[in-house]
Amino acid sequence: MSAITPSTEAIRARAVLLGRSRWGVAEIIFWVLAFACYWLFPTKLSLLSEIAILGLVALSVDLVLGYAGIVTLGQGAFFGIGAYAAGLAAKHGMGTSLWSDPVIGLFIGGGVAAVIGFATSFLVLRGSDMTRLMVTLGVALIVDEVVNQMKWLTGGSDGLQGVLPSAVLGIWEFDLFGRVAFVYSMVVLFVLFVIARALVKSPFGLSLQAIKGNMLRTRAIGMPVNARLVAVYTVAAFYAGVAGALAAQTTQFASPDYVAFHRSADAMLMLVFGGAGHLYGGLLGSIIFRTMQDVLGNITPQYWQFWLGVTLVALVLFVRGGILGLLGNMLAAWRRKGGAS
Amino acid sequence: MLTILLDGIAYGMLLFILAVGLCVTLGLMNFINLAHGTFAMAGGYLTITLMQKAGVPFLWCLPAAFIFAAVLGLVLERTLYRHLYDKTHLDQVLFSIGLVFISIAMVDYAYGANQQIVNLPDYLTGRFSFLGASIGVYRVFVIAICGLLVVSLQLVLTMTRFGSRLRAAVDDGRVARGMGIDVTRIFAVTFAVGSGLAGLGGALGTGIISFDPTFPLKYMIYFLIVISVGGTTTITGPFLAAILLGVADVAGKYYVPAVGGFIIYTIMVVVLIVRPQGLFARAAAK
Amino acid sequence: MFRRQILKSIGVAGLALATGISAASAQEVVKVGLILPMTGPSASTGRQIEAGARLWMAQNGTIVAGKKIELIIKDDTGAADQSKRLATELVVNDKVAFLAGFGLTPLALAVGPVASQAKVPAVIMAAGTSTIVASSPYFVRTSFTLPQNTAPMAQWSAANNIKTVVTLVSDYGPGLDSEKAFKAEFEAKGGKVLDTLRAPLMNPEFAAFLQKAKDLKPDALFLFVPSGQGASLMKQVGERELAKAGIKIIGTGDVTDDDQLNGMGDALIGMITSHNYSAAHDSPENKAYVAAFLKANNNMRPNFMSVGGFDGMAAIYKALEKTKGDTDGTKLVEAMKGLAWVSPRGPMSIDATTRDITQNVYVREVKKVDGQLYNVEFATIANVKGSN
Repeated sequence: MSAITPSTEAIRARAVLLGRSRWGVAEIIFWVLAFACYWLFPTKLSLLSEIAILGLVALSVDLVLGYAGIVTLGQGAFFGIGAYAAGLAAKHGMGTSLWSDPVIGLFIGGGVAAVIGFATSFLVLRGSDMTRLMVTLGVALIVDEVVNQMKWLTGGSDGLQGVLPSAVLGIWEFDLFGRVAFVYSMVVLFVLFVIARALVKSPFGLSLQAIKGNMLRTRAIGMPVNARLVAVYTVAAFYAGVAGALAAQTTQFASPDYVAFHRSADAMLMLVFGGAGHLYGGLLGSIIFRTMQDVLGNITPQYWQFWLGVTLVALVLFVRGGILGLLGNMLAAWRRKGGAS
Repeated sequence: MLTILLDGIAYGMLLFILAVGLCVTLGLMNFINLAHGTFAMAGGYLTITLMQKAGVPFLWCLPAAFIFAAVLGLVLERTLYRHLYDKTHLDQVLFSIGLVFISIAMVDYAYGANQQIVNLPDYLTGRFSFLGASIGVYRVFVIAICGLLVVSLQLVLTMTRFGSRLRAAVDDGRVARGMGIDVTRIFAVTFAVGSGLAGLGGALGTGIISFDPTFPLKYMIYFLIVISVGGTTTITGPFLAAILLGVADVAGKYYVPAVGGFIIYTIMVVVLIVRPQGLFARAAAK
Repeated sequence: MFRRQILKSIGVAGLALATGISAASAQEVVKVGLILPMTGPSASTGRQIEAGARLWMAQNGTIVAGKKIELIIKDDTGAADQSKRLATELVVNDKVAFLAGFGLTPLALAVGPVASQAKVPAVIMAAGTSTIVASSPYFVRTSFTLPQNTAPMAQWSAANNIKTVVTLVSDYGPGLDSEKAFKAEFEAKGGKVLDTLRAPLMNPEFAAFLQKAKDLKPDALFLFVPSGQGASLMKQVGERELAKAGIKIIGTGDVTDDDQLNGMGDALIGMITSHNYSAAHDSPENKAYVAAFLKANNNMRPNFMSVGGFDGMAAIYKALEKTKGDTDGTKLVEAMKGLAWVSPRGPMSIDATTRDITQNVYVREVKKVDGQLYNVEFATIANVKGSN
């Protein structure tokens, strides 16, 4: 038995990996600003918590799409499943028992979504972009139908009313201003983000990117490709489920709208809008997308879609890689200018 | 029940005409154009405008809708779409959804949010009896026109010089270009024809479904289902798939209304799992 | 800014705060937050209600009991979580004294808890499921309920030699409400409902359902779809020639929506519906209303949604007059209870116990008047309650 001494290559690789996972200044500023919104925009807290929740969904799409390369239009299904699971738990907990505790609700929502995500993950292991897109969409549409049909459980198209989660950790009651909802959503988002960040910078995350890059080769070097894809799909379903649970708890109802097609489409749009494969893309995308929608909607309640559409088209035509790409270009230009002077 | 079968076939045929252009852009040009429904909406609204405002006979509206949507497609292809052929699928999705939003707002501005309908001429309404089943004249009309289109499309693709050039351009654009084929032009023409067919589908659709500004979004899922079940390598694939889906949808709602809504989606998921390239695609499709 | 809000919230003890502030600051402006679907599949509902509400304000001025009324319109795209968020923001940020609008039942239900918590009256101008008003003590309705509009149709059918009926409704709250009300009333009067068909809400193709109804050979087919979807349904009804097969087409007025009726074609002539409003209602109030509405909205014909908005604003104005400008939410709801006036639709009142609308329901027939299709009323069932 000889002691295993790491080779110099291994040490260098380790240093590279560690360096990759260090927190940058921009990242820290981003999160400080995000939490500071509590004081910066005290009148917009409901919108901000909604953005945090959308950001979480976009983050979950980023895990499967941006990192593992699985094109999905079905994340809305897990969002909806999480919302209904947590909503039902809170409703039948009647605001007193452990069932209606919001944090436990998060695990219920995420857990149920993860189970369904695991079960359906085997459907997306093969096929082209288009096939996966349609299979995930198909699953989402079926879930939508199920929710509509199971009226005795879900309240059908009228939605699930009377979702009354108890106070967060037994201390903070949800208030009308959305203060608790905002802080609660932000903390959950941040915690899950940190975990996701560690995940994608870990060897597991790197292996996902390898699979995205070339599935055949990755398989050839002995990587259990299918197991990895199943794992990440399940994790992403958990994330989306938690986001759904957050939505149900902060809005205190769940409606079939939560499983509808446009949830999945919006999540993907926001991610691509922000820039896929960087974790921050989804967050930035949801911030800008929703803020624009809100601002435009206040200016022209009837025709805001026009200006949103123009923005999307312009972004694709003139920028590569979404908002993050735009920021990257601007940064590069600024550096060039700085270097010249 | 013959009536149910024919209703389903007509509905399927209509879906096919609406979706076939998407099959062309996706399968042949590898471009995901979610704004395809916009061209169908353009054809539909043109028909509505011509009939209601100008009193143009319905039959003249059909070619007009085709030309209008084709020209619209050509203009957009030349100005916008061509910049996107070498971008990623995700960029294409973002871009075409942007176009959908714009078109929804514009139609809303011009026509309002109401459902728009046209009243068909008398010779296309009514029903007749055939083998004991009652059949709508208009449904037969739709089936006839769509059948004609399928045959001619197939002939153009397989028999003409343009068809073989198109297939060459799709299989390997660079080599085709090297052989002196004007790939850019072929793609532009193909895009225009695909859009035109959607416009024609929209015009035909005015007789069965109604149009409102959300049309491109409402029907996007149906288009995608048709081409993903049918595969995008042939014309006959989506055609058969559309008919299968149309019949399954109508018959499902008739015989087992409780699960009617599930049928289309379940068929799609099962098909895609068993045959990821689509039910009727060539086995060796790339 | 944040600290000030905290102080205020302590000052007025918790959640009564929104109205607390508005009452305390003795403002001259009273804001009305109108939450409507202005885009998406239900956009036409939003447009009609907005037009109705604006017409009331144009005709009655914007000063009530010394306060200036200001309308804030928000688009919820027909998504319930948006309705709820917008309601919260309107209450918290804009300090509205009234919430109003709500195009669909789930949207109204989602807003209920906000209205209750903030103690702000919420005037339902569209949503028609009977149970909504009971879900919050701050709901008041100026539209209609499905049972209210449906039962008279069942009574008329039973009295007019219709023995068997098949119902076809949209598969969601109001549709099921309507189905239930029709079946109960019709069977109580001795009729028989052969089958109850339910089409998915977002359903472009009705062929299968209509064929099934035809094959069952009932005396009549009862239809309900939400406002804005009647056109495509009726096109397919016409195509299937149910009338020639001896099946009478009946329904609620949602199907023969005035907004679209004229474009639906002559195939509809003779269809019998029951509803709370027709643009052809024969009264001086309505004639003036329709004329003004057409003029203000580029010849868009007012439908039952528009009077919901018009009378919703009427209720808001009358309540403010009654409280002499006091914007305390509880007082305003109290003031609305029992209000009665003559609307373009006919006499109407807000029930003092249920806060739901009591109004006449009319049985109408589609007829051609001056070259245009209208729902011409021929029988009146007076003072039908919205819910019990």
